[in-house]
Amino acid sequence: MKNKILIMLAMVLLLSVVATGCGGNEETINVYNWGDYIDPEVLDLFEEEYGVRVVYDTYATNEDLYVKMKQGGSSYDVVIPSDYMIERMIREDLLMEINMDNISMFEKIDDRFLNLDYDPDNSYSVPYMWGTVGIIYNTTMVDRPLTSWGDLWDEEFEGEIIMLNSQRDTLAVALKKLGYSMNTRDIGELEEARDELISQKPIVYAYLGDEVKDVIVGGEAAIAVVWSGDAMAMMDENPDLEYVIPSEGTNLWFDAMVIPANAQNPEAAEQFIDFMTRPEIAAMNADYIGYSSPVPEAVEMLDEEIQNSPVAYPSEEMLENTEVFKDPQDIISEYDRIWTEITSAQ
Amino acid sequence: MKLNRIGYPYLIWLGIFILIPLLLVTYFAFTTGDSQNFSTFSFSIENFEKFISPIYLGVLYRSVKLAFISTLICLVLGYPIALIISKEKPKIRNIMVLMLVIPMWMNFLLRTYAWLTLLGKNGILTKVLSFIGLEGVSLLYNDTAVLLGMVYNFLPFMVLPIFSVLTKMDNNLVEAAEDLGANRAEVFWKVIFPLSLPGVITGITMVFIPAVSTFVISGLLGGNKSTLIGNLIEQQFRYTGDWHFGSTMSIILMVFILASMALTSKFDKEKEGGGGGLW
Amino acid sequence: MVNRNLKRLYTFLIFAFLYAPIIILIIYSFNDSKFRGDWSGFTLRWYAELFRDREVIRVLYYTFAIAITSSIISTVLGTVAAIGIHGMRGITKKSVLNLNYLPVLNPDIVTAVALMALFRMARLQFGFITLLLAHITFSVPYVVLSILPKLKQMNVHLAEAAMDLGATPMYALRKVVIPEIMPGIITGGLLAFTLSIDDFVISFFTTGHGISNLSIYIYSMARKGINPTINALSTLMFISLVALLLIINNRSEKSKKIIQERR
Repeated sequence: MKNKILIMLAMVLLLSVVATGCGGNEETINVYNWGDYIDPEVLDLFEEEYGVRVVYDTYATNEDLYVKMKQGGSSYDVVIPSDYMIERMIREDLLMEINMDNISMFEKIDDRFLNLDYDPDNSYSVPYMWGTVGIIYNTTMVDRPLTSWGDLWDEEFEGEIIMLNSQRDTLAVALKKLGYSMNTRDIGELEEARDELISQKPIVYAYLGDEVKDVIVGGEAAIAVVWSGDAMAMMDENPDLEYVIPSEGTNLWFDAMVIPANAQNPEAAEQFIDFMTRPEIAAMNADYIGYSSPVPEAVEMLDEEIQNSPVAYPSEEMLENTEVFKDPQDIISEYDRIWTEITSAQ
Repeated sequence: MKLNRIGYPYLIWLGIFILIPLLLVTYFAFTTGDSQNFSTFSFSIENFEKFISPIYLGVLYRSVKLAFISTLICLVLGYPIALIISKEKPKIRNIMVLMLVIPMWMNFLLRTYAWLTLLGKNGILTKVLSFIGLEGVSLLYNDTAVLLGMVYNFLPFMVLPIFSVLTKMDNNLVEAAEDLGANRAEVFWKVIFPLSLPGVITGITMVFIPAVSTFVISGLLGGNKSTLIGNLIEQQFRYTGDWHFGSTMSIILMVFILASMALTSKFDKEKEGGGGGLW
Repeated sequence: MVNRNLKRLYTFLIFAFLYAPIIILIIYSFNDSKFRGDWSGFTLRWYAELFRDREVIRVLYYTFAIAITSSIISTVLGTVAAIGIHGMRGITKKSVLNLNYLPVLNPDIVTAVALMALFRMARLQFGFITLLLAHITFSVPYVVLSILPKLKQMNVHLAEAAMDLGATPMYALRKVVIPEIMPGIITGGLLAFTLSIDDFVISFFTTGHGISNLSIYIYSMARKGINPTINALSTLMFISLVALLLIINNRSEKSKKIIQERR
């Protein structure tokens, strides 16, 4: 009896090793993306069309991705970091130039998403999604329209405010409130922003990542700083919500597809990027995840309601006052220190 | 019996997977440079100097304080239940022990996440509280919520070792004490509790260590409003990428824990038996 | 009598405390809304989606592949090591025991970081193998610790007597020692399995692309909020586990009865 159990266990062991050992000679590509940031059906379509198996995996933050790439020991073919992280990766030679001749759909991308500061010649990245950071609030719980970052310091909203649990985004809010650039390299200005955030802390409900969506949709807190795509998803679930881009200006961000320098299969990576940029695919994907696509033809395929939404597709004029993050480079440890001082303040 | 020789391969394993990695972390802790490039390392105690500042020491103090309180709560809540279970008939006893273990089979991230639903402003607990007149009490995103998360996750670690010692205890001792005229309180404090001390110490160890180093519970239930030492270490390795400072804090945390364990193990005479009888 | 009711109430409260979040999770796996905050009706769609979601299936596969493989390897390694350690004396024994204690006493995050440093030094490709090695590393000490007490309780003369009667050491081990310490081995194996399935911190630092276990997957879903398919998955896992335990329990009781009847 015991022998049988042992044999069975050995079989299971063997099977599990064999099953992972043999992926066959099938061509594969390793895609590493934000969690739940793609329509899984798109991956199936790609596999069907190109006969390349997609090994898909997810991360939670830009920094997470950066550390995994830096640490070595893993190779990815396509990753999707944000603007300032792309800048940092280019500077540190972590990326491979993309041959745009192989990206036939490249011309489908709106010019205003190309040649941005983080990749001036647009030789390393192909835009994936974009958006803004703003304030979402519940109109049934807040009796006046919110318009500025300064409103987040109003004691009337004690226990109702949720800030982002992210060094850069939250410091940017305070810097903008003070009228400084969110890319400031002046430590004095950063420290002022720190004091501002510490003074706000007693009225803050929590500093959250994406749990924020559950909390706001459920009406557990009235006000939150969020990314526009998340705002779309939340407003879809709860019609009482309103999204504003504060008057002081905000962060305009881009997530773009890049190929790491140590990619094993750059050809397939280019095919994948090309595929994702194809309007009908981009539309399908944008529809699924709720973020804004940089491909105009794809946008045209979406519901009228989404197309005309000032949240997902704000007008040029609304974006006038925005800034794109730059890599803090050498002062990154200052950011770290200042953020620790904020989070550990009582 | 020549059986001790078969232990040697494990010695090699311990060397490679436990000793060497810790030496590496120690090496990182005492050097500075580009964390990703070994050739730039140079010896320095800069990281330790950095740690000796009010911010970081304050975080360590807070972590220890919260872990201590949660351990105490676990002990106060867990001892009676261990005692109750140990006095049940074997059949019921087994079922109850099983019921203590079963929750641990569900992913702990999810279980902690579920508390958000219970504690939130529209959560069941808040509604119950406001029903009995405690309106507007905020249960989530504060130290109380973090403590609750710790107690919830680690309570079984306290109950099981104590239970295990209590069931092994010789009942004749209790009877003898009773025969000699001790009342129930005396029996408990003079006989049962001292005999269960090894289990209590194991329990304290099993609760305190994960509590002092957690970063998930403080993040999820504390709303990231207050940083614990675990959060700081995670931040260094994952966001900042400064392996040196991260290693320094790891080493400090490790030394702190080993030192406090060395202190408590003085009470624990049955060390070889595997942590006083968790098993 | 009052005392007894008090005890019952207390026991009930403690178990209610332990099970409340689990019940909530199960209830919300039937919630029609994707968001935790609101209840918008009963649905089974998350269960249907679960079986179509290939990422979840893959994550589940790795979680179990790692848990089963690592618990088997660490049980074997741990058993052999425990028997070896039991036979050691003096300073060797003491230092091995202390070394063995380190991963138990060390916070997860320190072990995780240390292993990550090791794997990087060894230039290993982060992935299944590193994850497996890490899981074995943190499981073995627990196996050793659960077997040692059983060895201590064992009658020392049994194995010696067997060998005196002509058994080879291997035979004595297999026929005398192993059966004696079987309860410890089983506890150790189950413990290793549980630790592996539930581990987040160490896995998070030691895995590579394409290989995620359940915890890592849940954690990285943070950007979009926890998807209720995960609730559905946990509910299924939980129910099958409880069912399995009930079956085992039932069986062992039946066999007990049979033995008793034979007597």
